[in-house]
Amino acid sequence: MTTTETAAAEPALHTITLTVNGTRHTRTVEPRELLVYFVREQLGLTGTHVGCDTSQCGACTILLDGIAVKSCTILAVQADGAEIKTIEAYAEPDGTLHPIQQAFWEEHALQCGYCTPGMIIAIDQLIRDNPNPSDSEVRHGIEGNLCRCTGYQNIVKAAISAAAKIRGDAPFEKPEDELMAETH
Amino acid sequence: MYPAKFAYVAPKSIDEALTLLEHGNGEAKLMAGGHSLLPLMKLRLAQPATLIDIARIPGLGFIEPAADGSAVRIGATVTYRQVQLSDVVKAHLPVVAETMSLVGDQQVRARGTLVGGLAHADPSGDMPAVVLALGATLVARGLQGSREIDVDEFFVDMLTTSLAENELITEVRIRKPGPRSGAAYLKFDQPASHYALTGVCAVITLSEDGKTISAARLGITGVGPKAYRPMRVEAALLGVDPTDEKPVEAASAGAAEGVDVQGDIHASPPYRAHLARVFTRRAVLEAARRATA
Ligand SMILES: Cc1cc2nc3c(=O)[nH]c(=O)nc-3n(C[C@H](O)[C@H](O)[C@H](O)COP(=O)(O)OP(=O)(O)OC[C@H]3O[C@@H](n4cnc5c(N)ncnc54)[C@H](O)[C@@H]3O)c2cc1C
Ligand code: FES
Ligand code: FES
Repeated sequence: MTTTETAAAEPALHTITLTVNGTRHTRTVEPRELLVYFVREQLGLTGTHVGCDTSQCGACTILLDGIAVKSCTILAVQADGAEIKTIEAYAEPDGTLHPIQQAFWEEHALQCGYCTPGMIIAIDQLIRDNPNPSDSEVRHGIEGNLCRCTGYQNIVKAAISAAAKIRGDAPFEKPEDELMAETH
Repeated sequence: MYPAKFAYVAPKSIDEALTLLEHGNGEAKLMAGGHSLLPLMKLRLAQPATLIDIARIPGLGFIEPAADGSAVRIGATVTYRQVQLSDVVKAHLPVVAETMSLVGDQQVRARGTLVGGLAHADPSGDMPAVVLALGATLVARGLQGSREIDVDEFFVDMLTTSLAENELITEVRIRKPGPRSGAAYLKFDQPASHYALTGVCAVITLSEDGKTISAARLGITGVGPKAYRPMRVEAALLGVDPTDEKPVEAASAGAAEGVDVQGDIHASPPYRAHLARVFTRRAVLEAARRATA
């Protein structure tokens, strides 16, 4: 008998293909690679944030096959073959903001901005599920997203105003005097 | 935070998954949505050597009425979100559809599965209470064949069920309440995590004349080490006028009796026991109101 020790077998790597913001990427990953780190570190798309890393805060929210999910709680291998949309794909290539982004700007719905990408994607999901949400339905819809700065008030306003814009019920931009009135 | 290293396999059939599980010698774990398992693995509270991802097994994504119409069958890969949006569930098990909006948040519901939530047997999970109250059968598949487990025999202890290590649940069949019945699930949640400090589901059936309770089934979560049926409360409710709050309150007094009531930084055992009594009363009154409506 030989006494040579064999190193504990390393788990096999997996080659996965994902379509992220319309571009196909094929990469080799360890099974334990989390989707959020795949997106941030392998693809360099750092708009998706890591807040808590424990499934609570929603900063890592992305669309996986069109549905909002927390990418810190999904393995990259679980997403093999999937289509992903991150915050980088919300504005038009010419810089025109998505209606939810525009509403965030108008309603002053962000301060430090750390939670914002996840908030916008969670709100995108809730508006697609419910095009005319009430104040409490918005609050319920963003239960999985934490904001340390705003106190949520303006985020809720932005969601309701974005929903109206997307339905076509509201003008895209608020009159200047209304914006001024609200800041005082 | 990365989990410890593990091997990942995504079998394409139930038998392949069961064979992998058998060969895992207790070191392999099934994963459905991963929304209970991955957080535990990231904290290194679980370190399986192999993850068997059952989400890609075809044929387990069904939500349909059972052939005899008495139950709704929900397959192992069905997410909470799919249950919430299902017309079959809305029509036959409105209390389940309603409960969905209380589980975690919309992102969690997009990944977590109803069957995974039962298999995990979290002492604060919502669906364990609801399936206990409605009555349900879990179908467990092993390499030797299938067996049915009544939900009353399923929850054994904290995070422990009567499922064998080499078995996989293929579906749960949740029973539809009979005529003159109403059901309600009321939850008092911890505001940050949304997990139940107490959750009570009541399924109340009224007598032919609608004046008294002729059958009651309840499920309580968040209070003990596992979800349970408060049998004494169920018995004490029989014959009670469901519009009269006093006897319902008296019957609800036994909601936490004989239970090893848990305490943590959010709620002490006496407070949880109190919540159990209050939410039992409210859930029974609401279920009875719905039975008459
Ligand atoms: C932020 C957050 C908030 C949450 N809030 C709530 C809440 O308010 N209420 C609530 O009830 N839950 C809550 N959950 C838990 C959620 O419901 C889980 O998703 C669910 O409990 C487990 O389903 P899963 O498919 O993700 O299971 P997994 O994590 O994949 O598996 C969980 C366990 O079940 C086993 N398992 C899974 N499927 C099967 C099967 N078919 N056969 C045999 N064993 C199986 C696995 O081996 C594992 O041990 C929350 C989770 C998170 C992350
Ligand atoms: S980083 Fe994913 S939920 Fe907080
Ligand atoms: S704007 Fe700072 S966390 Fe929300």
